Amino acid sequence: MAYSDKVIDHYSNPRNVGTLDKSKKNVGTGLVGAPECGDVMRLQIEVDEATNTIIDAKFKTFGCGSAIASSSLATEWLKGKSIDEALAIDNMEIVEELALPPVKIHCSVLAEDAIKSAISDYRVKNGLPALELAHH
Amino acid sequence: MLKLPIYLDNNSTTPLDPRVLEAMMPYLTDVFGNAASRNHPFGWAAEEGVDYAREQIGKLINCDAKEIIFTSGATESDNLGIKGVFEMYSQKGNHVITATTEHKAILDTCKHLEKQGGRVTYLPVDEKGLISLEELEAAMTPETILVSIMYGNNETGTINNIREIARIAHSHGALFMTDGTQAVGKIPVDVIADGIDIMAFTAHKMYGPKGVGALYVRRKNPRVKVTSQMDGGGHERGMRSGTLNVPGIVGLGKACELARLEMAADTARLSVMRDRLEKELMTMEETYVNGSIEHRLPHVTNISFKYVEGEGLMMGVKDLAVSSGSACTSASLEPSYVLKALGLSDDLAHSSLRFGLSRFTTDEQIDYAIGHVKEAVTKLREMSPLWEMFQEGIDLSKIEWAEH
Repeated sequence: MAYSDKVIDHYSNPRNVGTLDKSKKNVGTGLVGAPECGDVMRLQIEVDEATNTIIDAKFKTFGCGSAIASSSLATEWLKGKSIDEALAIDNMEIVEELALPPVKIHCSVLAEDAIKSAISDYRVKNGLPALELAHH
Repeated sequence: MLKLPIYLDNNSTTPLDPRVLEAMMPYLTDVFGNAASRNHPFGWAAEEGVDYAREQIGKLINCDAKEIIFTSGATESDNLGIKGVFEMYSQKGNHVITATTEHKAILDTCKHLEKQGGRVTYLPVDEKGLISLEELEAAMTPETILVSIMYGNNETGTINNIREIARIAHSHGALFMTDGTQAVGKIPVDVIADGIDIMAFTAHKMYGPKGVGALYVRRKNPRVKVTSQMDGGGHERGMRSGTLNVPGIVGLGKACELARLEMAADTARLSVMRDRLEKELMTMEETYVNGSIEHRLPHVTNISFKYVEGEGLMMGVKDLAVSSGSACTSASLEPSYVLKALGLSDDLAHSSLRFGLSRFTTDEQIDYAIGHVKEAVTKLREMSPLWEMFQEGIDLSKIEWAEH
C-alpha cells in the first residue's frame, strides 16, 4: 500500500511521543483499541485548569503507520486548544489531513476516540461526569 | 555499494538465475516449435529440449523422466494431484487427509472436494508446526485414498517427517502426496527413498522462470494415475492437455540441474547467514522464532517481535523486501493462519517477519538487514504503549481492552 507523504512524515518523525504523569489531577489519559485488533493508542493531555486549555499532549501507539500518524497529528492539533475545541475534532478532519485511504479510516476513528477518552478521564478526575463515549 | 531495497522474500519467488535464462533463450527465439509437432524438425528440436529437462528434473528428485507432468506452476500441480486422485480413485474411497498449515492451493482444493462429496481431515500441528504421527494414524480409514502433507512450510520453513508420514499412508493403502514447492531444489528430495507417490513443485522458487511447474506422478510400485483437469489434446500422457511451455520447461530443467550441483554449497552458506541473522535479532528482548528450529529449510527464518505491530514494522523496514504474518487489507487485520495454527496469539502472529534468503544473498545484505530491523523494532517499541506497560510489569492480558 502506498502511504501519503504526510503519513510517512508523521511515522518517520512522530510528534510528541511520550508519557505524562497520570497521577496528576490535570492530566487526562485515554487508552483505546486492543492488541488483537492490531491498534492500541494511548493519548494524554495536560490541562491548564485556569484557562481550560490543553497545554501539552503526548501519545504512544502500537499500530500501523496510519495509526501512528493519526495519533501524532492529534497531539499536534490538541496543543493550545480549549477542551470544547478539542471535543469538536472530527475523525474526518484527520482523514483529510493525512489523505487516509478507506481501509485506514478506522485509525482516525481510534484517534478521535482517544481524544474523547482522555478528556473524559480528565473530567472524572475533576469531579465532572464522564463523557458518553460512542463505541465504534 | 549496497543496493536498496534488499530482497529477502525468496519464499515468495526467487530471481531468475542468469544461467537459467541463458539456457532458455534459444527456445524463446530460434527453437520455437511445438513439442507435439511430430512431423518436422521444428517440433523435434522443441521436444528434445523438453525431454532433456525431464532428465534434469529426474536426476534432482530421483525419478524417471516419464514420471514428470508439466503444468503452469505449483498451484495447478496441487489441484491436479488432489482433484485427479479424488476422481481417479473414487471407487476406493472419498477421504483425504491434510494439515491446517498447508498452502491455500491445497486447502482450497480440499474445500472444493468437500463440496463434491469428499470428506477431508485437516490435522492440527504442534507449536513447531509438525503434525502428530499418532493423530495421522488414528485418522486413517479404509476410505482414505490420499494423504497430502507439504514437504517444507512456506511461512516457517518447518520440514515435515515425510518418510514416516508416507509409511503410515501406505500401510493403510492410501497414496502419499506432498507439496514440494519450497523444498525441491533447496534440500535433498528423493521420491523413492521418501516414499512419495505424487509431488507438486515449481520453477520460480528455485531460480527458474514463473509460469511453469511440474507434478511428479509415480509410474510403478504402485502405478499412480490422476484424472486430467484440463481437456484437450491429451498431452503429458493424457494427464494435462495444453501446448507445452517449452522455454519455461527448459528453464525448470536447468534450474533443477543447478540445484543438484550447487545445493550442498548453497545450503552450507545460507544456513550460516540465516543463523547469524536470527541470532543477532534474537538478542532483542521478547523476540521469538516461529516453527521448528531443528527441522527447517536452511534459508528461512520467521521471527515475532512482541509489542510492535506488523504493518508498522513493515513500514519501518522499508529497505527490506520481506513478508509479514499479518495481511492488513481491511479494518480487521488477518493474522497468518499458519502462525495461528502453531498456537501463536493474534498479536504475536501480527508482529512477525519472514526472511527468505537466496543463492544471491550476501553477507553485506545480512549485516544491513540486522541493523535495519533492530533499529525499526527499537523505535517502534519506544513508541508502543504496550511495550511501556510490559516494562512496568503490567499484565496485558488482565486489561479490559475496548474492542473496536
